[in-house]
Amino acid sequence: MNVTLKIWRQKNATDKGRFETYEMKDINTHMSFLELIDVLNEKLEMEGKEPIHFDHDCREGICGSCAMYINGRPHGPMKGTTACQLHMRHFKDGELITVEPWRARAFPVIKDLMVDRSAFDRIIQAGGYISVNTGGVPDANEIPVSKEVADEAFNAATCIGCGACVAACKNASAMLFVSAKISQLALLPQGQVERQRRADKMIAQMDAEGFGACTNTQACSAECPKEIDMVNIARLNWEFVKAKMHSKAIEVDE
Amino acid sequence: MSWFKQVLSSTIGKKIIMSLTGLFLISFLIVHLSGNMLLFKDDEGEAFNLYAEFMTTNPLIRIISIVLYAGIIIHVIYSLILSLHNKKARPVGYAEARPQQNSSWKSRNMGILGLIILIFLLIHMRSFWYEMHFGSVPTKSYAGVEVDDLYTVVVAAFSQWWYAGFYVLAMIGLAFHLSHGFWSAFQTLGLNHRKFMPMIKKISLLFAIVVPLLFASMPVYFFIKSLA
Ligand code: HEM
Ligand code: SF4
Ligand code: FES
Repeated sequence: MNVTLKIWRQKNATDKGRFETYEMKDINTHMSFLELIDVLNEKLEMEGKEPIHFDHDCREGICGSCAMYINGRPHGPMKGTTACQLHMRHFKDGELITVEPWRARAFPVIKDLMVDRSAFDRIIQAGGYISVNTGGVPDANEIPVSKEVADEAFNAATCIGCGACVAACKNASAMLFVSAKISQLALLPQGQVERQRRADKMIAQMDAEGFGACTNTQACSAECPKEIDMVNIARLNWEFVKAKMHSKAIEVDE
Repeated sequence: MSWFKQVLSSTIGKKIIMSLTGLFLISFLIVHLSGNMLLFKDDEGEAFNLYAEFMTTNPLIRIISIVLYAGIIIHVIYSLILSLHNKKARPVGYAEARPQQNSSWKSRNMGILGLIILIFLLIHMRSFWYEMHFGSVPTKSYAGVEVDDLYTVVVAAFSQWWYAGFYVLAMIGLAFHLSHGFWSAFQTLGLNHRKFMPMIKKISLLFAIVVPLLFASMPVYFFIKSLA
């Protein structure tokens, strides 16, 4: 099959950037979208041109690296699919495919399709962990957790931090990501000790990074490759209310 | 920062203010609609005029109405603050975006829908509230009590096609604002449970259809009546 790629090229963070168009002839329909760019990059390198920079790592849909906005949607047209798992058979022969980087103030472009997503890391650093002293390995099932709660926590824990939720949201809001990261701990006994502090700090960091607010359009959940549910955002809102309204700390520390 | 300032400076805190004021405005719609249904009573507007008199003079209602104006103003101010904040979060947009494939039009255009409602509210207040308080409204007496004849003002306004048409358009805007806003307010407050959210969404849709439809039926009814 043949397709035309219209890809965002930008030298560095300060470059204005522009689209460039590439004709791709006789491509294998079983190729993934990243492999298509690999083929293009090989050609560009042979011609002595700068290859297209993009993030990738696992290429099996579990690391969340392959951030790209394909034909007006994060990770392209398939539901619950990352760009590395998106195959060319889902496109039409002769189709024009537009590829852009994630667009958000909190995700500045580094080069071409590559954006800086360390804002997510700083949100996790602010409180997305539990503190445990090291020691002997605890026995399995020592702490009872019901199947329903464990499933809900595990579903939240499938978030791969890809940023598609931010890319999809009209407000570039990170609520789905933060809600998944807060839920996976808030639901389990191990997450209770730091629960209020965690919600407080992570939400404050989310705002400080310059992400937008949530309008509940549900675009994030619809585009999430792990199909993280909107219920998590409601849980995040509730965690906020609890952290602010009946926080255990009488004085706020800053 | 005090905890209260922290709440107000947080995006989630601001959304909670939006949802609380929005739900308050929804409760007001129910009261306003039930009162206005008196317009349909076939008594030359007696019941409606007496009700309007009660609503403008009763001290308790006057206090509630101040809370209501505050509610509208806070809702509008926070919608502006949030909309500006959200615009800033994406300084460079996409060249090719297909949001219709992942979200509803109404959910993405709450600001525009709200603006339609705001323009409507201003015109609506100018025509009736301002006339009642500062204008010259004809009077009528019932059992010796002289009251403002708001009914005649309403009937006259609704017999103009453009005025009635504008009302209907604004109510369509309200319908879309409510059909997203109603359930969204519960979500914002953290009240989303797989058990009861499907029901809230159904009530949300029902409310968003029935309430604006009944409001819109008033100008339509009086416009058609004026033709006869
Ligand atoms: C009778 C009048 C109104 C009612 C009943 C109403 C109700 C609501 C409700 C329930 C919400 C959902 C809040 C949430 O998502 O938590 C909402 C959101 C919103 N309203 Fe209104 N509203 C009214 C008038 C207005 C006006 C006059 C404006 C602005 C000019 C406005 C602008 C907005 C905006 C922008 C949102 C979305 C905020 C966001 O999620 O980012 N509304 N409204
Ligand atoms: S919530 Fe979904 S879309 Fe957002 S970062 Fe996690 S996996 Fe990606
Ligand atoms: S490269 Fe790891 S998810 Fe796509």
